Amino acid sequence: MRTFDGTAVERAGACAPPLSHLRRPFALLYFGTIAVRQSKEGALMSMIKKPPEPKTEPGAGVSRRGFIRDVSLGTGALGVALTPGEARAAAPALRGPGPVPVTLTINGKPHKLQLEPRVTLLDALRNYLDYTGAKRVCDRGTCGACTVLMDGKPVYACSILAIDAQGKNIQTIESLALSPQPDPLIRAFVNNDGLQCGFCTPGFVMAAKAFLAENPNPTMEQIKRAFGGNLCRCGSYNGIRRAILEAAKAAQGGKNA
Amino acid sequence: MPDYSWPAPEKRRVIGRRTNRIDGFVKASGRAKYAYDIKRPGMLYAAVVVCPYAHARIRSIDTSAAEKMKGVAAVHVFDGSAPGTEVLWAGWEIAAVAAETEELARDAARAVKVEYEVLPHFVNEADLSKAKAAGRVKPAGEKVTGDPDQAFKEADVVSEGVYGCPVICHLTWEAHGQVIEWKGDQIEYWPTTQAVSSIGNELAKALGVPPANVHVMQDHMGVGYGSKFSPDRWGIACAKLSKQTGRPVKLFLPRDVEQMIAGNRPSHYARIRLAAKKDGTIIGWESESWSTGGMTGGGAPPIPYVFTNIPNQRLNHTAVQVNAAPQRAWRAPNHPQASYLTCCAMDDLAHKLGMDPLELFKKNADYTARPDVYRWQLDKAAELIGWKKLWHPRGDKTPGPIKRGLGIGVGTWGGAGHLSNCRCNIYPDGTVEVELGSQDLGTGTRTVIAMVAAETLGLPVGAIRVKIGDNRYPFSGTSGGSTTVGGVSSSTRKATMNALEKLFERVAPKLGVKPEELEAVNGQIQVKGDPKKAMAWKAACKLLGTEKISEMGQNDPKNPMGLTTGGVGGVQMADVSVDTETGIIRINRLVVVQDCGLVINPKTAESQCYGAAHLSICAALYEERIMDDITGRMLNPDIEFYKVAGNPDIGEIIVHLDIRPEHDKRGVIGLGEPPVIPGIAAIANAVTNAIGVRVPYVPMTPDRVLAALERRSA
Repeated sequence: MRTFDGTAVERAGACAPPLSHLRRPFALLYFGTIAVRQSKEGALMSMIKKPPEPKTEPGAGVSRRGFIRDVSLGTGALGVALTPGEARAAAPALRGPGPVPVTLTINGKPHKLQLEPRVTLLDALRNYLDYTGAKRVCDRGTCGACTVLMDGKPVYACSILAIDAQGKNIQTIESLALSPQPDPLIRAFVNNDGLQCGFCTPGFVMAAKAFLAENPNPTMEQIKRAFGGNLCRCGSYNGIRRAILEAAKAAQGGKNA
Repeated sequence: MPDYSWPAPEKRRVIGRRTNRIDGFVKASGRAKYAYDIKRPGMLYAAVVVCPYAHARIRSIDTSAAEKMKGVAAVHVFDGSAPGTEVLWAGWEIAAVAAETEELARDAARAVKVEYEVLPHFVNEADLSKAKAAGRVKPAGEKVTGDPDQAFKEADVVSEGVYGCPVICHLTWEAHGQVIEWKGDQIEYWPTTQAVSSIGNELAKALGVPPANVHVMQDHMGVGYGSKFSPDRWGIACAKLSKQTGRPVKLFLPRDVEQMIAGNRPSHYARIRLAAKKDGTIIGWESESWSTGGMTGGGAPPIPYVFTNIPNQRLNHTAVQVNAAPQRAWRAPNHPQASYLTCCAMDDLAHKLGMDPLELFKKNADYTARPDVYRWQLDKAAELIGWKKLWHPRGDKTPGPIKRGLGIGVGTWGGAGHLSNCRCNIYPDGTVEVELGSQDLGTGTRTVIAMVAAETLGLPVGAIRVKIGDNRYPFSGTSGGSTTVGGVSSSTRKATMNALEKLFERVAPKLGVKPEELEAVNGQIQVKGDPKKAMAWKAACKLLGTEKISEMGQNDPKNPMGLTTGGVGGVQMADVSVDTETGIIRINRLVVVQDCGLVINPKTAESQCYGAAHLSICAALYEERIMDDITGRMLNPDIEFYKVAGNPDIGEIIVHLDIRPEHDKRGVIGLGEPPVIPGIAAIANAVTNAIGVRVPYVPMTPDRVLAALERRSA
């Protein structure tokens, strides 16, 4: 009977939409790599972002990286009672905690690195390479500033271990500016002032890239409900909405106009 | 002296045109380097150790284990955190560790052993009686004007309410921090700051080195909202670690520490009584307010806000001390809160009078500094939101759980230009540089500078090289108080005009005229009004031979020469829907009508309004620093549980810049802060209008909405 859905968030960016309306009483519904959101009908449904397979041993201490690993061993079900010890026993091969060879394919180019297994994809990109377009803001899979594409799907680079990103095709914002002509999406963001400080912008552009791949012909109403997985502190959403519509129309060659 | 005044509106070719920001591509393509992105050869990563207790005494600090760890280059105990120090809030910086990698630095930070004597704390000010019982209040005294007692006796109607906004955080997307490379006696400093020209001097003072030895560089910054003026304790620690190790050091606060200590806006609570005549004329105001900004307490809000000349006032304020990091300036300090308190009280009065609040606001506009501006803006906003058609007396009577309502908020701000110096260089090949020790916070400062230079020199925007973000450029003020656009546009106008005058001196003899008969239009220097008697820009500059023109221009705030002024009004109206079964509020529309003087770039000016309106939505519905009474710690130092609005949450924001000739004549006025002020009040009043009952505190979370509805039915 609702005349509006209140919280319905169509996923455009990576895994977890901001739970703007789900405040304290519901706070614990968001946990690790599992996000819970309200569906259009108002019912709670979980969005489980399938975690990568575990490969190695993280560093000492109970860290978020360790938690990511443990959850992934539990195949996403938080109730599965695998202790870290059991998890280690179940792991096929132990690597780390010191640096291990890691090869990442970024924008089609392989990079050989020596990384501790606990290093996130985001930190590998930013600290161990020089792909600084993906930004670290929340560092907890909430804001989407670190969004990159992994095998074409948008992911939060802060919540993926670099070792688990091996063998994947990782596409960063830098890839969109490689060709002589910048990507039309970037042009659309600039034309519509879809940015202010610009810190969240690369993440938004990558999320928009993925959104348009799935929704090549979106309406403004769809765009207004999308991008719940990326946050902009400057509040450039109006410009971002218009930018995505313009980019879609440009790609459609006026079919949608 | 040239006539520096802005060209008449019909003569402007660049100013007033919707122009893309000139750093848009570099930002949107991820190539822009922020301080957080700086990587220097051999750079060490630093991690901080902070106090987990809200109030404690440091007994001992043992860094020996951390120092021995693999990859650790240095451990530094913060100045002001020696054993014996009384720590007054959680998140207080104790030590910093520099190591080869960020991961190793974090490990080592965990290995620093600190022993504390835990002391009693107090962290929540919302309940004033508890603050009094805890001995944490400092009454600021009573201020009386006129005869409030008599006014309340004579009043036809008296309304009363309690309203409050909590502490919220700056939550800058780029965290606070810096990279510092201290080599010999030279310090290379990449901060994220709103104060490029002055932050190096402050760091130098703290370190006891000559200010000229500190080189500040910042191309881009991920906002500050008023929290990034100082090097801070972490800047000093970063420099000392660099000196100690002889290597560059990067130290940025992790998000949780950032949320706890790197900036917050003070709370404001108030019990307000209003006395009025039957016709809606307000004749008396009484308020008891309280607030906190940390251990220093909180200053009195500027109430009654906008309607400052309400007669017969009695104001009481109490500052509450809590164990939390100190407040910092937050985009229009104290104004959004004061607007919220005042406009909610006026809305409640209108309800008690059985009057349309739009009429009440207009009726009392004579109490404001600019009655005509506010009346015009109220009518304009009402027209844009459809007030006549959609407004109804309090409580939407239509059937079903979804209730819709409208509300009003008002604001005011200064925004005159700050002290700014600009140097304009013209080279023999025609290259133009404008240099200012300023900064672009994302507001579009860089673009505005280029537009003003292009306008003056008759060149396209793309022909201007804007050089900002370096303290070796001429001193330009900090970006606070919405003073930047007035300052830099005025200094750029003067510098480019002075440089152009020098170029005219070279060109005039060639064209057989006097320099004052020349003008720069459409890429050429020509005799005024005669495009045929002209010399192309490049040919004109070639006359310089091997010289270059280098001229200064200054905006002197004491004598802005009509180029910039301050003092604006703004009105916002909100249209919301509230689900009375779940307590969820949805913004349908937020109308922003903003007085803004001469607008250089309407595109980025509107973005300021969109962004500010979005922050109002955040504060009205989502943002709140939640402190735990038992542990004294912030419960939501992150972006998961510290909520901000996302794209699906903001509805439709409608911006109307009030660019009428009478405003244009006033010159350039800052726009960063004014539109962030009225929104919270507008949304709060709209919710009340929808559901028929006041939700007394923001953010108006579902639980608070439901509690307010329950009290009504009880």
